[in-house]
Order: sequence, then C-alpha cells, then structure tokens
Amino acid sequence: MSRIGKPRVRVPESAKRGEVFEIRTMVEHPMESGFRYNNIGQLVPRHIVETFTCTYNGREIFRARLHPAVSTNPYFLFHTVATESGELVFTWSDDQGGVATISARIEVS
Amino acid sequence: MRLDIGRRRALQALAAGACLLAVRPASAASAELDPVLREVFGGREIREGRVTLELPRLAESGNVVPVTVSVDSPMTPQDHVKSIHLFAGKNPQPRVLDTQLGPHNGVARVSSRIRIAQSQQILAVAVMSDDSAWSAAVDVVVTITGCGD
Repeated sequence: MSRIGKPRVRVPESAKRGEVFEIRTMVEHPMESGFRYNNIGQLVPRHIVETFTCTYNGREIFRARLHPAVSTNPYFLFHTVATESGELVFTWSDDQGGVATISARIEVS
Repeated sequence: MRLDIGRRRALQALAAGACLLAVRPASAASAELDPVLREVFGGREIREGRVTLELPRLAESGNVVPVTVSVDSPMTPQDHVKSIHLFAGKNPQPRVLDTQLGPHNGVARVSSRIRIAQSQQILAVAVMSDDSAWSAAVDVVVTITGCGD
C-alpha cells in the first residue's frame, strides 16, 4: 500500500452550540498530475489524492473529489455548525490505495 | 393607457436585455468546457450570479493558486448549496475540484489551492438544493505555467 504523507488539521478546541466554525486541512502528497515529464523525457505516472472526506460524529459534512489540478499538498478550508461535542474524522484516499486519516475533538457548550 | 403599454414594453425590453447579459458569460466559457459542463451538469442551465470566485488576477506561479468560492445561500434544510465545482478549460484536464456541502456547513464557502496551466478563465459553479446551477468566472493571467511542478 502506498503511503500518504502527514495530514494536518486545524479545528477549534471548543465552540458554542449553533456557532459556525472554520476547519483547515492539509495532507502531504505530491499530486503528480500524470501530465509531467521527468528529466529523461518519461511521463511521470499519475499519483493523486482522489477523495477527501470529513465526518462529524460519524456524519459526513464535507466531501471533495480532486482532479490533477489540485496543487501539491492539497489544502481545504470549509465550515460547519457546532451541534454537539465529539470527533471530526478526516480521510484522504489516493489512486494507488494510499489512505491518510486524522481526527480532532471539539467541545460544544 | 398608452403610457402604461409603453412602460410595459420598456420593462420587457429591459428584462430581455438582462437575460442576454446573464447568459453571455456562460457562453463565453471556452468551447473546451462545453462537453465537460454537459458531462457534469447534464443539459441544466447554468446562470451567472450568487457565486463569488476569489482568485488572484495575476498569478506569478500557476502551480499554487489560492482560490475561494462562496455562494449566497442561507444554508437551511430548505435552501442550501449541494455542491461547488471548479473548472479550468485550458488545463490538460478541465475538471479541477468537486465538493459536496449541505445545510450542516452553515456557510457555503470553500477554499483550496489549484494549478492553472496557462492564462485563462476559471469557472466556479454551485448547484443549489432546488437543482438550479449558478456560476462566476474570473480571468487569470499566469506568468509561470502550472504543470511543471
């Protein structure tokens, strides 16, 4: 199984119920487009993250389908409404079977 | 009475003009994009408006171009954004990013970083809960193309 680099997320530690909070995510990944040639003229095979998902206490709140035009180390910023304390789980999957996962906890008062 | 009809005609003419204006940017979207938009959205009409696409007009490097798409939507269960899509018609692969959202997101705003192969128009399309599609386009000039890295 191919390895995906280190994921990083920024989620606030706490929020008030009903508040909209910001989520920033990034994962280390070459996002090799498959359109690039190396220095001996060979096409570098495509290797990209294809899907990214975020769940909040098991419920999917954001999903992205990436194409080769997403930059190296894919970055996303999005928002969600604080409903209850719990766990956000972030998952990236690439086209060579690589998977990266990270989770973050939020306390909602 | 005659005055009234005159006013009605004037309003109709104005409305027709507004429609033309609204349709123009979608048809101005490069020919490369037409089959792609058909593939993603079927024959659905894509209107201009409700979407704000923030991109640097001049990107020094096309490899990492910050992009933010926001959509004017209350994000309620009855009226929300279902998905946001980005297209670059002159990239080797015009589809850039597809995201799925819902009322639980609170605000319809997504940021990312994308590659732009050459100077071109970038198109953002949002699909609403009533299945209507809205768009915004921005012309971007790149000085270093975005496929070398």
